[in-house]
Amino acid sequence: MLGFVIQRLIQASLVMAAMSVIVFVGVYAIGNPIEIIIPPEATQEIREATIRSLGLDLPLWKQYFIFVGNLTEGDFGRSFIYNLPVLELILGRLPATLELVLISVISATVGGVVLGIYAGYRPDSIIAKTIMAVSVLGFSVPSFWVGLILILTFAVNLGWLPAGGRGETVSLFGVQWSFLTFDGLSHIVLPALNLAFFKLAMMIRLARAGTRETMLTDTIKFARAAGISEGRILRRHLLKLISIPIITVFGLELGSTLAFAVVTETIFSWPGVGKLIIDSIAVLDRPVMVAYLILTALLFVLINLTVDLVFAFIDPRIRAKGA
Amino acid sequence: MTLVLDVQDLCTSFHTRAGVVKAVNGVSFTLRKGEVLGLVGESGSGKTVTGFSLLGLVDAPGRIDRGRIVLNGQDLVGLPERELRKRRGRDIAMIFQDPIATLNPLLSIRTQMTMALDAHASMGRAAAEKRCVEVLEKVGIPDPRSRLDNYPHEFSGGMRQRVAIAIALLHNPSVIVADEPTTALDVSIQAQILHEMRSLAQETGTALIWISHDLATVSSLATRLLVMYAGRVVEEGPTAEVLNNPRHPYTRGLIDSLPATAEPGKPLSQIPGTTPSLLSLGQGCPFKPRCTYATDICDTAPALSAVTKRAWRCHHPLAMEGAA
Ligand SMILES: Nc1ncnc2c1ncn2[C@@H]1O[C@H](COP(=O)(O)OP(=O)(O)OP(=O)(O)O)[C@@H](O)[C@H]1O
Ligand SMILES: [Mg+2]
Repeated sequence: MLGFVIQRLIQASLVMAAMSVIVFVGVYAIGNPIEIIIPPEATQEIREATIRSLGLDLPLWKQYFIFVGNLTEGDFGRSFIYNLPVLELILGRLPATLELVLISVISATVGGVVLGIYAGYRPDSIIAKTIMAVSVLGFSVPSFWVGLILILTFAVNLGWLPAGGRGETVSLFGVQWSFLTFDGLSHIVLPALNLAFFKLAMMIRLARAGTRETMLTDTIKFARAAGISEGRILRRHLLKLISIPIITVFGLELGSTLAFAVVTETIFSWPGVGKLIIDSIAVLDRPVMVAYLILTALLFVLINLTVDLVFAFIDPRIRAKGA
Repeated sequence: MTLVLDVQDLCTSFHTRAGVVKAVNGVSFTLRKGEVLGLVGESGSGKTVTGFSLLGLVDAPGRIDRGRIVLNGQDLVGLPERELRKRRGRDIAMIFQDPIATLNPLLSIRTQMTMALDAHASMGRAAAEKRCVEVLEKVGIPDPRSRLDNYPHEFSGGMRQRVAIAIALLHNPSVIVADEPTTALDVSIQAQILHEMRSLAQETGTALIWISHDLATVSSLATRLLVMYAGRVVEEGPTAEVLNNPRHPYTRGLIDSLPATAEPGKPLSQIPGTTPSLLSLGQGCPFKPRCTYATDICDTAPALSAVTKRAWRCHHPLAMEGAA
């Protein structure tokens, strides 16, 4: 097991090293920020001074190694535009995205698995058919439209929930969180619902398909023949047997939603990283783009690593292979 | 010896879109303590459905239409699911063909055995472990205490089937339905398991219903044979008598298609034709289209004929040895 973890950690660091090169070169290729940063009427001297102070006169490989060198000291560089440390900028926004995404992905998974198992366990019931109809809707209706409808219904017409912003926050571990205050929570509900809708539909389908297939297997028949109650069969046998694909999708969704929650963040004016990265792309704020992409890659790697470890925890055959 | 199971006129059918499939059609038999009953017949003859019916585990759209299943003096047909569950695993257990598919690959043997124990008994950890080790030992798992925390993939196919048998034995049930439990195993392991099951049945008094489409394996184990065809019992009797002197042409066909009875170098004989669709069975003998003895009278249902321990359902029974 320890060997497995070490092996995966080495793999992860290789992936991160490769990602840093790709990101650096990729962002360099997008365009030269100088034209945007420096006003056209600036003198030649000011131009050159600026370019030098930003380190843009150096060859690419030198810029890369300076960047990596700074990185090892925890320095992601300074934003060209805000003239603030990039890490501070991103970490100021990340908790907002993190709490929104975690709440929506986790609730979509829990809800989707429960509903999906029910729909798979009693496929002919009216409730199961209703659940499946909702999941079809979740797949076919575009996310931004759902967001607008949610705002129209619950914020504008009913006035139950706020239409945007983070609401009241409290500080924990030095960062601001909304989910710890009632006002903050009420602000999270609508954007989280918006983000969760599609994922809920997907989880329902996944859990339902797994349940239908698993309930027909000899494993379940044998458990029944031993007199084990249906509740225990569902909790101890079924849940474990269908968990691998669900955890895979959970990890993928968590990563991609963290990186690309921008549509929902925009609709609900949620001050997360999505908005920050769109702005920085528009003005070619290289340090922000590079840091954001590298942090995102790191998140994906960490999520994948966790998913693999969870697999090994659940399935003894995977454990045996990795050992 | 005491009667543990008395099945009378059991009928189980599947109500499908294409029509009603009468998978089990008026099956009757009895089982005594410690007895091994062989249930044989071609694929699709209703052996598995009979087994599941006994446990009240027929999958939708199937259901038991009528009949009685009296287990230890109580009729199970019509009992609510809650009551049936109390008996499954405790009074009547079942093991399946493929030991790789029956055990949950994600749970340790200890967990799976403990779950089966907890279904009917509440005992402490130590007592539970003691019981698990006891039954694992009984089915021939070496060093059972240390293997309790292993997972199914750490056992060979034969060992997995033994674990499944051990789980079935946990509560000392009166009856175990064994649905082709050795078909997926290689021959030497088959023989070992057959041998062990026979001594287990004798030792514990557990009666066995040994389902198989292979007459050879079942005949080495069963004291009595039940031959099924198209959902009906067509012949029944003590194993040796049925094998040496079958009365039903179908039984004769099954025996003749055994490799052991064939002459070397000659192709195995086969029963001509295939099993009929259970959707469109008429009144008459379902074996008629495949039977060389068939006459017009076979369009009417043959009644059950019985002599001492033997019974058959045929208008033209084969001659008894010596009488011919
Ligand atoms: N879920 C079901 N729906 C419809 N028909 C079914 C179902 N299960 C079984 N049957 C039918 O019941 C009949 C008896 O099946 P059964 O599985 O008992 O046969 P078997 O004697 O065990 O055969 P095998 O030797 O292949 O295991 C078959 O014709 C089958 O088509
Ligand atoms: Mg079968």
